[in-house]
Amino acid sequence: MRYDDLLRPTPKGVYCPPGDFYIDPVGAVSRAVITHGHADHARAGHGAVIATPETIAIMEARYGDDFTTTKTPRAYGEPIDVNGVNVSLAPAGHVLGSAQAVIEKNGVRIVCSGDYKRRRDPTCAPFEVVPCDVFITEATFALPIFNHPDTGEEIRKLLASVEQFPERTHVIGAYALGKAQRIIMHLREEGYDAPIFLHGAMQKLCDLYMKFGVDLGPLEPATIENNGAKRDFGGKIVIAPPAAIQDRWARRFADPLPVFASGWMRIRQRVRQRGVELPLIVSDHADWDELTQTIKEIAPKELWITHGRDDALMRWAELNGVMARPLHLVGYEDENE
Amino acid sequence: MQAFAALLDRLVLTPQRNGKLQLIVDYFAATPDPDRGYAVAAITRDLDFPSVKPAMLRSLMEKRMDPELFALSYNYVGDLAETISLAWPGERRANRIPPLSEVVERLKEAKRAEAPQLVASYLDALEPPSRWALLKLVTGGLRIGVSSRLAKSALARFGDKDVTEIEELWHGLEPPYEQLFSWLEGRADKPINQMAAPFRPAMLAHPLGDKDLEDIAPETHAAEWKWDGVRVQAVAEGDARRLYSRTGDDIGAAFPDIIDALDFRAAIDGELMIFDPEAERYHPLSFGDLQQRLNRKTVSKKRLASHPAFIRAYDLLHVDGDDLRALPFEDRRQKLEKFISSRQPDRFDLSPLVRFANVDDLAQARAAPPHHAVEGLMIKRLAAPYVPGRPKGEWWKWKRDPFLIDCVMMYAQRGHGRRSSFYSDFTFGVWRGDDIVPVGKAYFGFTDDELKQLDRFVRNNTTDRFGPVRQVAFGADEGLVLEIAFEGLNRSSRHKSGVAMRFPRINRIRWDKPAAEADRLESLEAMLPS
Ligand SMILES: [Zn+2]
Ligand SMILES: [Zn+2]
Repeated sequence: MRYDDLLRPTPKGVYCPPGDFYIDPVGAVSRAVITHGHADHARAGHGAVIATPETIAIMEARYGDDFTTTKTPRAYGEPIDVNGVNVSLAPAGHVLGSAQAVIEKNGVRIVCSGDYKRRRDPTCAPFEVVPCDVFITEATFALPIFNHPDTGEEIRKLLASVEQFPERTHVIGAYALGKAQRIIMHLREEGYDAPIFLHGAMQKLCDLYMKFGVDLGPLEPATIENNGAKRDFGGKIVIAPPAAIQDRWARRFADPLPVFASGWMRIRQRVRQRGVELPLIVSDHADWDELTQTIKEIAPKELWITHGRDDALMRWAELNGVMARPLHLVGYEDENE
Repeated sequence: MQAFAALLDRLVLTPQRNGKLQLIVDYFAATPDPDRGYAVAAITRDLDFPSVKPAMLRSLMEKRMDPELFALSYNYVGDLAETISLAWPGERRANRIPPLSEVVERLKEAKRAEAPQLVASYLDALEPPSRWALLKLVTGGLRIGVSSRLAKSALARFGDKDVTEIEELWHGLEPPYEQLFSWLEGRADKPINQMAAPFRPAMLAHPLGDKDLEDIAPETHAAEWKWDGVRVQAVAEGDARRLYSRTGDDIGAAFPDIIDALDFRAAIDGELMIFDPEAERYHPLSFGDLQQRLNRKTVSKKRLASHPAFIRAYDLLHVDGDDLRALPFEDRRQKLEKFISSRQPDRFDLSPLVRFANVDDLAQARAAPPHHAVEGLMIKRLAAPYVPGRPKGEWWKWKRDPFLIDCVMMYAQRGHGRRSSFYSDFTFGVWRGDDIVPVGKAYFGFTDDELKQLDRFVRNNTTDRFGPVRQVAFGADEGLVLEIAFEGLNRSSRHKSGVAMRFPRINRIRWDKPAAEADRLESLEAMLPS
């Protein structure tokens, strides 16, 4: 069986002809395997959805219970037969419930990793290396300049700043699914046990993480009125969607100090553009070393590259004798952008 | 090196002066000698690394990394030092992390041939932020928005001293300033400035308030013009000749013509200006002409001839070994007049006094100054000694009224810090033919309430966006008129309109005025100094 006969790129996303399903399609289809709950990968309106129970819960929280007609939750490692194609899900280490789709038929195995990272994340299961013929990788941070630093050190930078500027409110811009909860968990690991204040858009997904056993500690809404009394947020940590930290919303805080948690914060120009005063380089995507190490570890016969910066990864593959091809998929966004 | 890099990272992104001060002061408290002293020298750009050049960095990188991958990376980042700091394929944490002092001391002494190997070994040992700090430091590209004045203020705050004390000592000190820190921490006596021709902290004036006018009389006060140049101190003692800015920075290198003229033994406080080489001496030219000579490391012969500098003397601080600062202004002025008239020093003249019988005379003089290079009046108490800083009740500045012009808002950008959620930086323009051309930018002059109104206007009238900048609606039938106040106007080839304003700010928001009635470029050009 040729690899292309089992899985191939189409304008709607990666398609499996024998199984008649798409992986993370960008438009509505009759059957979809969804790797994780980020909006560009998980869209509403498909006929049937195969995903982890966590991802299905996230989609329900975002789009309502009727986001699809048929829901087929599958835990990690629990296979399902779709028209003679064996489909199973393996942890991707990206966000809660994130999975690599493992597609097998006639002895050919293709792993579509969705978005992934390799470093420890206290809010989700770690990436699992699955040997395969074709490994489909993302390339969001596929340039040698992207070396995400140790997450603990970034969080300690934040805590040092809170101590240094106790009269200011540290307002952290963080993606509502995954990044926000991960920042909170790392803060708890560093011993920060005070309440953390949430923008309204954060609440639902934090509740959902708690329901799945991720203990985020004391959280409170970042509302100014508290029983009629004005609240002072000096010295407090507030988490909000990235767009809100520079918006009118942030004016409620006395002297807000804008913080942004993203892999893009590695680039000084990006930091300045966003008016960030304290960049935290924390990403849910693999950096250059993680990408190249993962490919070496899996040693697939072919490497397919989905969204991101495929030119640098293609060059790396050429230098390292890895057979590679860009899929040029469109419709997937860069982290937080 | 890590603490220094972390400090730089924060300083670059912290807009408020107070925040910057706190970051530096905390760094001083947490960092041992000699690192903190070298950090000060790095910030005030008093370090020089002749053996390291940017071209060397590029070739170092090409030995380590596939050129195509490097090109892709450099394209993406757009800054050589930053790209290398991020993409350097070193063994992470292979070596111990060197302190800043080691990096500075070894690289300063390195020969050209050994510098590449040394830089490479440091890049191996460091993490990206420290690599960036290292590369920017050794290539002289460290721009972090901290003036040497701010660094001195941080030292003063750290040691709970007055900043003028630091300024006074500054030019007698050498990095890493260990003596200075010992004194600031109360572990040693104040260092003695052994340097010849030291800076003596300047005496400054308060703006004149209406109430202050009541006490001013010719029996107790003198008045003189406030000239529109740069306040300086010219000092010649022993073999040393120096020209200092108001804050004690040595700017002599850019003014060899002044330095050459210091053939006396004295310290003179005065206004540095450019004179017209064609006219009778000394006829001052505009501030724009002075800008041709400021902030330069060297100056060409041609420019020295076309833009010659002179000093209009206000005060005499020291002469032939005598410190005059404790004397009353009256006596110092007498000595200054005698000094200038008897010695006739080249490149110096006397700032004339303005005679007055009463305050009305002063108001009239201020309203109609005899020369375009006059910014206003200085009023000085006759009995005032020369005291560093801004003592109360001694010197007053009474500036002439600002220029006003009605402009149309064109673009707006978000502010920083407290104002980061507001559109608070405005670009405005005036009519030229049927177009509106930008003539300046202003980000203050309005109240908090007005800022809210301006912000709302920007959000409701946005017509385009370029990154952080919004274009607002403007034209014959729409647009917001801003009355802009400014202190002066220069010709400028860098501005599309050909003019540049000094200290523009929003004086009034003219919600009532149609954009079509805003001023034209011709009226602005008419305000240019002839
Ligand atoms: Zn994702
Ligand atoms: Zn993605």
